[in-house]
Amino acid sequence: MLKKGNSLRQSNEINAGSMADIAFLLLIFFLVTTTIAEDKGILVKLPPWSEDEPDITKLNKRNVYSVLVNKSNELLVRGEPMSTKDLRENTKEFIMNPLKREDLAEKPTKAIISLKNDRGTNYKTYLEVYNELKAAYREIWDAEGQKRHGKNYEFLTRDQKRDLRKDVPLIISEAEPTSFGE
Amino acid sequence: MSKFQQKKGKESPKVNTASLPDIIFMLLFFFMVTTVLRDSELKLDVNTPEATELTKLEKKSLVNYIYVGKPLPKYQSTYGSSPKMQLGDKFASVADIPLFLEKHKIKVPEGQRPGITTSLRIDGDVTMGIIQDIKTELRKSGQLKLNYSASPRAE
Repeated sequence: MLKKGNSLRQSNEINAGSMADIAFLLLIFFLVTTTIAEDKGILVKLPPWSEDEPDITKLNKRNVYSVLVNKSNELLVRGEPMSTKDLRENTKEFIMNPLKREDLAEKPTKAIISLKNDRGTNYKTYLEVYNELKAAYREIWDAEGQKRHGKNYEFLTRDQKRDLRKDVPLIISEAEPTSFGE
Repeated sequence: MSKFQQKKGKESPKVNTASLPDIIFMLLFFFMVTTVLRDSELKLDVNTPEATELTKLEKKSLVNYIYVGKPLPKYQSTYGSSPKMQLGDKFASVADIPLFLEKHKIKVPEGQRPGITTSLRIDGDVTMGIIQDIKTELRKSGQLKLNYSASPRAE
């Protein structure tokens, strides 16, 4: 009899003290692993509105890298047709001008990318071109970052990034589009 | 030895339910945190293009969305099949943008207003005409921070 009573008393208690810990563990696990549907994209800063368009014809021709995208989604870069695949390398060469060629940008700070599209251009093509232009700059920044600090651009400190951007500023000027093919 | 034998004679124990509320609360918090309240039902077919140079938009409360794309099949009888713009949960025209921006702006604390970003979620097959009009309107309204929403592409 005595034995039985003893076993009953013992089985009544399960230690629930650690339950809270388990619950918190689960909570934290889900908090960390759940990705809320996030929005990613290409960040762009538009120029403030002004009635008159900036005149890029006044600029030295060698410093302007004009990219035109027509209504059939074809590229015309500085008067020459080009495919989007070659755009990135070509842009990089234009900005940095490693061979100091006469017809490419004097120096990176003076380089201006002029992007012009048509109202009939596909958004997909436009974004692809924009992406390539931005990628060209990112690759230059990465290379410069490696050269100066041994790190890619995104790992630099805020000041280092600012200095780098001062030497190689991202200047993409967008002209009013032509209105063919809408 | 007798100590061990005592334990063998277990009867079904009562499970302590004291922590049940905690678990329920935990679940509640979990869903509260992870649920994205979709404030607007999408009436357009939007497939954003792919890109590599992506930046994450950090603060959700500082972002307003403009959708552009073809209306979904069930709306096509009313609105046609040419690309349309959606602000909030209804179809809108470019002229409605300033009011839409203003409505979003008053909900944001004054100090954070310079950080407001407009995210353009545009279908890849839309032509640039309507987008250009939107951009011009945004510039006129002083909303200069833009995000072309895109999905990541492996390089």
